[in-house]
Amino acid sequence: MTTILVKGATLADGSGSDILVRDGRIAELGSGLSDAQAEIIQADGLLALPGLVDLHTHLREPGFEQSETVLTGSRAAAIGGFTTVHAMANTSPVSDTAGVVEQVQRLGEDAGYVTVRPIGAVTVGLEGQQLSEIGAMAGSRARVRVFSDDGKCVSDALLMRRALEYVSTFGGVIAQHAQEPRLTEDAQMNEGTLSGELGLAGWPAVAEESIIARDVLLAQHVGARLHICHLSTAGSVEVVRWAKARGIDVTAEVTPHHLLLTEQLVSSYDSRYKVNPPLRREEDVLALRAGLADGTIDIVATDHAPHPVEAKDCEWQAAAFGMVGLESALSVVQASVVDTGMLGWDDVARVLSRVPAEIGLVPGYEFGIAVGAPAEFTLYDPSASRIFGVNDLHGKGVNSPFLSMPLPGRVLTTVHRGYLTVRDGELVDAETVAGLAGAVSVRG
Amino acid sequence: MPARTVLQQADITRALTRISHEILESVRDGDRLVILGIPTRGTVLAERIAAIIRTVSDQPVELGTLDVTMYRDDLDRNPTRTPAPTQMPAAGIDGAVVVLVDDVLYSGRTIRAALDALQAIGRPRYVRLAALVDRGHRELPIRPDFVGKNLPSSRTERINVHLAEIDGDEFVSIDGPEQGEPA
Amino acid sequence: MRHLLSTRDLSREEAIAILDVAEDMADAADREVRKLPALRGKTVVNLFFEDSTRTRISFEAAAKRLSADVINFSAKGSSVSKGESLKDTAQTLAAIGADAVVIRHGASGAPLVLAENGWADSNGISAAIINAGDGTHEHPTQALLDAFTIRRRLHGRGSRGRALDGVSVTIVGDILHSRVARSNVWLLSTLGAEVTLVAPATLLPVGVREWPVTVTYDLDEALDAIPDVVMMLRIQSERMHAAYFPNAREYSRQWGLGDDRLARLAADSIVMHPGPMNRGLEISSGAADSSRSTVLEQVANGVSVRMAVLYLALSGQRELAEPTTTHAPSVTNAGSNR
Repeated sequence: MTTILVKGATLADGSGSDILVRDGRIAELGSGLSDAQAEIIQADGLLALPGLVDLHTHLREPGFEQSETVLTGSRAAAIGGFTTVHAMANTSPVSDTAGVVEQVQRLGEDAGYVTVRPIGAVTVGLEGQQLSEIGAMAGSRARVRVFSDDGKCVSDALLMRRALEYVSTFGGVIAQHAQEPRLTEDAQMNEGTLSGELGLAGWPAVAEESIIARDVLLAQHVGARLHICHLSTAGSVEVVRWAKARGIDVTAEVTPHHLLLTEQLVSSYDSRYKVNPPLRREEDVLALRAGLADGTIDIVATDHAPHPVEAKDCEWQAAAFGMVGLESALSVVQASVVDTGMLGWDDVARVLSRVPAEIGLVPGYEFGIAVGAPAEFTLYDPSASRIFGVNDLHGKGVNSPFLSMPLPGRVLTTVHRGYLTVRDGELVDAETVAGLAGAVSVRG
Repeated sequence: MPARTVLQQADITRALTRISHEILESVRDGDRLVILGIPTRGTVLAERIAAIIRTVSDQPVELGTLDVTMYRDDLDRNPTRTPAPTQMPAAGIDGAVVVLVDDVLYSGRTIRAALDALQAIGRPRYVRLAALVDRGHRELPIRPDFVGKNLPSSRTERINVHLAEIDGDEFVSIDGPEQGEPA
Repeated sequence: MRHLLSTRDLSREEAIAILDVAEDMADAADREVRKLPALRGKTVVNLFFEDSTRTRISFEAAAKRLSADVINFSAKGSSVSKGESLKDTAQTLAAIGADAVVIRHGASGAPLVLAENGWADSNGISAAIINAGDGTHEHPTQALLDAFTIRRRLHGRGSRGRALDGVSVTIVGDILHSRVARSNVWLLSTLGAEVTLVAPATLLPVGVREWPVTVTYDLDEALDAIPDVVMMLRIQSERMHAAYFPNAREYSRQWGLGDDRLARLAADSIVMHPGPMNRGLEISSGAADSSRSTVLEQVANGVSVRMAVLYLALSGQRELAEPTTTHAPSVTNAGSNR
């Protein structure tokens, strides 16, 4: 039973407030609050944001524990200010049955740092042939609502149609990884002038845009909800904008790295910059920022993709695709769209907390930091600045493109289910957190 | 210490004339005489010696250049050196009297390299060495056959050779390290 | 010069310097004793992850003519085919002691990654990395020997110090997948040549019009301009089955250098091919064997150029640890006071 009193924080709307947490909920907001039992947290100059919700992470467990586990991934999430993450289905075995998704959820509960919402695969084994047991996963203890073959595209048009229809039976949503496989065989980086010079096979923008165009029309035709993962091109933003203007029920996400980094970095052949979809041109980065600002892109999601060292310590072609992103997400968002004046902090709360929870049907985030709401929030210092380094990474993966980059801001405190997972900028130890999680579960 | 001129233009001309006559004296009737200059300034001196010989006698003389860069023993102790061209006379050097010409003879390592280079090209009857200046401090058992001027010097001093065709002016000077400059 | 990873990074002066040193190396080949002792005691490792007998032999001959020791590693049947990484392979060879690593690899950028990470360094000595072909990215020594060949054909013994200003070079073939084409485009334009590329649109990279070249799909139109040099690139068999063009016959008809096209060239135009040739496909036997063809000279010149590259990479003061991409060469000319 923890009581926490945060003093002097600034909320996302700019107003100042104390926050009193009791029994897992926000008990009081206001100024001059007090509680003799409370752990006091001084929050002068700190921003209190509702707990961040990531709709797209790879926790790698079961099957790829050398890259990450649910525990280590949860820790990386907490230090990044997240309190809920969705775990993608490309595990081993694939998360295509109730058994696996319940296992992933339980691992998250036991670890206790964040709420882990397993994502179910659309097709068995991610093979794109046969629908997986979507109903069973939706009805399981994990209550899966987001389904994705991410890593791969559901490229067969008929199968995508069926998937959209079937998922709506259970109130869920398909999250599509838009990549036409025939146009991107062995692709290594964005297709353009640079790829021609570097001798790396190209991943053309049209391979993403054509799938999105097809899928929004399918979603419209069958009246289903659709979510597009990691938008990366200006053309994709335009297609989604067009679809929304026609009233199609589509949502879209963008990663922090696609808001900040361009393909020029690939000239070094440093495989930390190898990611799928690839880093694109400056025009694309600017269009993605504008899309996020005008609401065409609904949310930011990290696509946190850890890999072991040997998967990146090699020549480009042999390297794995992916970047870790949980620990750096808020800083990169600040650098790319807040400090550039395109989004305010209330917009950040919207795109990194309220709306991702809405899309994933995660309860408790509708009102953000409000009296009676579950105590899920983070305290962030936007005036801090640091050279992002390996010490700032807390998962197993060190494949971050932001190492040695100066980045603004730092998470100092994260509160999940009413207890601290991060205190004074440091993670609370795993044993303590597991104990707190267990106590909360017992209380119900 | 400022530079001290030890040979003026006239002295250089006199020295080269004397060397040319000495070379002629050492050559027998019927010998093929080949003068090989070692770049950079040795080639200029070789050309002048050959010109003098042609003026004062009808001894046939062939001219060439011998670059020794590839045969140096200090290639990985110094910054990369660009080689200069090596040009042998059309008839080669087998059986000829070869006179190597260089501006300054010092440690002798350049001449050792020149002898190695010659070995890869052919087999002269004998090889002689002409140097405008001999400054001593030999590190190998090499000795000149024809010398313009003996210039005892300390290792801290620098010998400068200027020749009109390369430097515009013409002299040989010697200077030491500046005050406080490391030797 | 420490590493030679690309021609893109070579300045005009650096390129001419390499070609001039290659002239001296070529001269040495005419002597009684072809060997030069300049790299005695140095070890050159040929690290070939892709099959290539001719390039490897060329580098081997070059190293041996400079009296260096040569160790050959080829990937087939080795630990690499059992899954050993580039990093581990390089570090193993470095532990044996390598002053230079000549690397040919199927992945673009592999030599740069090798150089930047210093995997071939040992005992505090950083190995010089020479790119012998990486993926579809660059093949710098090929471009250098091609430039050397053109220069020699044009100027003979008077080649030293010259660039290729105003020389028109037409490169024909699979530009998209060709590292030889890329290296040649950068080097030739640095040396002042005018480059034209000829290929079907399927074999041209996106963005090729940003390159310092003229592009045309029509070989006959390109030959009407009577270029000084026509360089034919090999069509690989893999391309035949991947819808880049319908079949070999159509390719040959449209973009092959047959005898009739050969006849339209000037008497002193030269025909080049990096080898190995598909006789009858991209080049006819008549063209390959004509007096205009420099195919065999290219092979001989390859040894001289590679000798120059190895000499410039390995002589000079040894640097420690931190490898970087190519610098301007710190070259001193022979001075007095020896």
